[in-house]
Amino acid sequence: MGELLINNAGVPVLAYQLVSLVMFFAGIYGFFTRRNLMMMLIAVELILNAADINFAVFNRYLFPGEMDGMFFALFTIAIAACETAVAIAIIINLYRNFGNADVDNLKNMKG
Amino acid sequence: MEYTLMLLLLPLATFVLLGLFSNKLNHKTSGMIGTGSLLMVALLSFYAAGEYFTTQKVDAVFQTLVPLNVPWLNMGAKQHIDMGILLDPISVMMLVVISTVSLMVHIYSLGYMKGEKGFQRYYAFLSLFTFSMMGLVLSTNIFQMYIFWELVGVSSYLLIGFYYTKPAAVAASKKAFIVTRFADMFFLIGILVLSYYTQTFDFGTLTSGNSAVFQEAASAKFLGASALVWAMALIFIGGAGKSAMFPLHIWLPDAMEGPTPVSALIHAATMVVAGVYLVARLFPIYVLFTPEVLQGIAYVGAFTSMFAALIAIVQTDIKRVLAFSTISQIGFMMVALGVSKLEGHEGLGYMASMFHLFTHAMFKALLFLGAGSVIHAVHSNEMENMGGLRKQMPITHLTFLTACLAIAGIPPFSGFFSKDEILSATYQYNTGLGIWMTLVAALTAFYMFRLYFSIFWGKEKQHTHPLHESPKSMTFPLIFLAIPTLLGGFVPFGQFVTADRAPYSIHMDWLVAVISVVVALEAIFIARKLYQHPDKKPVVPAALKGFHKAASHRFYVDEVYLFITKKILFNGISRAFTWFDRHVVDGFINGLATATDWFSIRIRVFQSGEIQWYAWVFLFGTLLITALILFV
Amino acid sequence: MTEQIIFYLLAIAITAFSIMAETSKRIVRSATYLLFVLLATAGLYMLLGYYFLFAVQISVYAGGIMVLFIMAIFLTHKPGKNVSVRRGWRIGSSLLLSVAGLLLCGDIILNNVIGIYQFIENEKLTMQQIGTAMLGTGKQQYLLSFEMMSILLLACIVGAILIARKTKTEKNEPNETKL
Repeated sequence: MGELLINNAGVPVLAYQLVSLVMFFAGIYGFFTRRNLMMMLIAVELILNAADINFAVFNRYLFPGEMDGMFFALFTIAIAACETAVAIAIIINLYRNFGNADVDNLKNMKG
Repeated sequence: MEYTLMLLLLPLATFVLLGLFSNKLNHKTSGMIGTGSLLMVALLSFYAAGEYFTTQKVDAVFQTLVPLNVPWLNMGAKQHIDMGILLDPISVMMLVVISTVSLMVHIYSLGYMKGEKGFQRYYAFLSLFTFSMMGLVLSTNIFQMYIFWELVGVSSYLLIGFYYTKPAAVAASKKAFIVTRFADMFFLIGILVLSYYTQTFDFGTLTSGNSAVFQEAASAKFLGASALVWAMALIFIGGAGKSAMFPLHIWLPDAMEGPTPVSALIHAATMVVAGVYLVARLFPIYVLFTPEVLQGIAYVGAFTSMFAALIAIVQTDIKRVLAFSTISQIGFMMVALGVSKLEGHEGLGYMASMFHLFTHAMFKALLFLGAGSVIHAVHSNEMENMGGLRKQMPITHLTFLTACLAIAGIPPFSGFFSKDEILSATYQYNTGLGIWMTLVAALTAFYMFRLYFSIFWGKEKQHTHPLHESPKSMTFPLIFLAIPTLLGGFVPFGQFVTADRAPYSIHMDWLVAVISVVVALEAIFIARKLYQHPDKKPVVPAALKGFHKAASHRFYVDEVYLFITKKILFNGISRAFTWFDRHVVDGFINGLATATDWFSIRIRVFQSGEIQWYAWVFLFGTLLITALILFV
Repeated sequence: MTEQIIFYLLAIAITAFSIMAETSKRIVRSATYLLFVLLATAGLYMLLGYYFLFAVQISVYAGGIMVLFIMAIFLTHKPGKNVSVRRGWRIGSSLLLSVAGLLLCGDIILNNVIGIYQFIENEKLTMQQIGTAMLGTGKQQYLLSFEMMSILLLACIVGAILIARKTKTEKNEPNETKL
């Protein structure tokens, strides 16, 4: 069994995929479950990161000479930064209005 | 003779004019317009009658003339409904009757309805009625007649309910319309059955005496009788409703709530004879192909005559006495038709019925207008408020007396001649029936003279204001109508209107005549003894007290109707249907609404407003679709 | 072989820390675990040979965004209060769905992504190549994206300031309550 896991073949794509998969679904679980808005944001970051790993991995294994996947991951990181900034601004605003950062306060669209 | 179209268009135009502009015209103008238009109609109809009766004979038989026949509605391959004008002896005679009486009523109403609110509306409705009645008698096919039949019913409804603020009048107009409408339902079914089997509506084809037309109708059987018998019986029921035969007579006494000139026009002279006219129009079919229905008609007429006469004896309201008298006289006309055949001497009944229609229109209108004159003076309908009026109202008194003598059948007044012919015809058919009708004639004389003596003789009652004779506009029609009442008997009617259109010279049956006159005079003397003396009031003998009570309640026919409709129909049947409608039909719809509501409350949870729930559903949906695509 | 060992270490770190980040009751701990996840991810990039990406990940993500997070956490929480948790059935359904999703995607991956793609040793990417690609206008060169990214950043800065700024009424409130 040891030979199966540790050998001279290098890391298969599958392994990277599974790692990013677990990270992704952990993020989704957190998004559904968390009550605090900041914690939901943390989950969103996890999701984004999982996608980034995927891009980098596929780029490295399928197109070794190209850089497209890497640049995509780069830009995704930049965008994640912007989005986090704006989201935090909104959460601060909400905190000022409600006194806490609970997502249960946001029920205006209730049918 | 195409100008006869004006007979229809003139009253219609007057109705539209007066109806639309009733606010802008004042009373005098509208009265003048109405009366003027009818004067022209009357003159035209006299001219038309003159022209027809002098020129339309071929081989001494009057021809049917159709100056106008326009196809209106096509139903299927062969059937089509036309609109047209038919001129033959009875329709031309009816033209004269309708226009004369209508003109008199128009003139009379100038005085009687003076100052009434709704004067213009009244004249508009009178014109509408004249138009409808003209259309009815001039119809070329049975469906057109049905259309005008209904129009006449509507005009009657509008005019009975003229005083629409009075609940009794409203109820009476509704009753009249509903009862006649109920009868008209049977009429319509009869028309449809007849036209289905014969494939035609046209009177010319139907009354040609050609048995090939009725072959299919006579062979199709239903519950033992042929379709033709059913159709003719149903048509007669429609006519019976309009002509107030038992048991559909209940509306006519109540219809007296309308103004008296209306009662004179509609409910004495013209509309109520529409049923008689219908039977006369379809007479060839009745006599040749369904004689059993004709026999039924005779018996219904006979029973109704006696029934109405018995009730009339104990009525205390002038107009009710006259109403029941009308029912009784129409019964006479129906009997006369029922006992008649087609040819020559055997067709006497037909001619007598039409003759009686003519004379009855004149003297009954006179009676009603005279009663109106009395009511106008005394301001009450009840006989107990009147008495000894012969001194204050001489013209009314004399004309009323003329009419009473006519209706009692005293020679040389017109009523004697026409009634005598009817009695001869019934004796010819069946002696028992003849005796029955003679008894009714006696009762007629009795109650009419009871009425006459109670109004114009007897003790004078106290009145709040001095009585005077009615104005000229009211007395002129009385005098005018007294002329045909007096002299109408001498018109050689048999030369003009007979069952087979050939002239028939009437000869007097002396036995019948003498018997009827003697009986009538006896009745008059009894009435005089009881009612002429100012002080003595007749007492009902104890043996007849129950009968008297029943007769004054009109033999409880209204109560029977109320019982049937209220207890059986409303409570029994209607309640079940209402329950069904409310709980099952409405309940189903409400149930749908409640179910939708329930569902929507359950589904509402999906729109909770929580982001995480939305995201959850989103992911769930995505995974579901992916799984479906991949594995299914 | 060494790569595999390093990879396993990083993978275990990522898995463990991400799960702990999402189940921890204390928010600062959750943020810290996220930080560790990000660092481990940077390590993965290094393993793949993308040094520039590794650097960017550490400086922007771990260095910039996490600091922002910590600051925001301190701005939006009353000190000492624990975060309340959801009811059981919410957690249960989310867990169920996540595990279901995991299994589904895992199934797809296992069936379609075959492990024959091998790691091919090649020359490392030089900064010159990266720079030319970033600021070039030819095929597979990302000048436009770069400029758009800068505008986006500007917009987000302005937007964030605008949203989170204190308005006059809020400034006056603390004064009024003192009366």
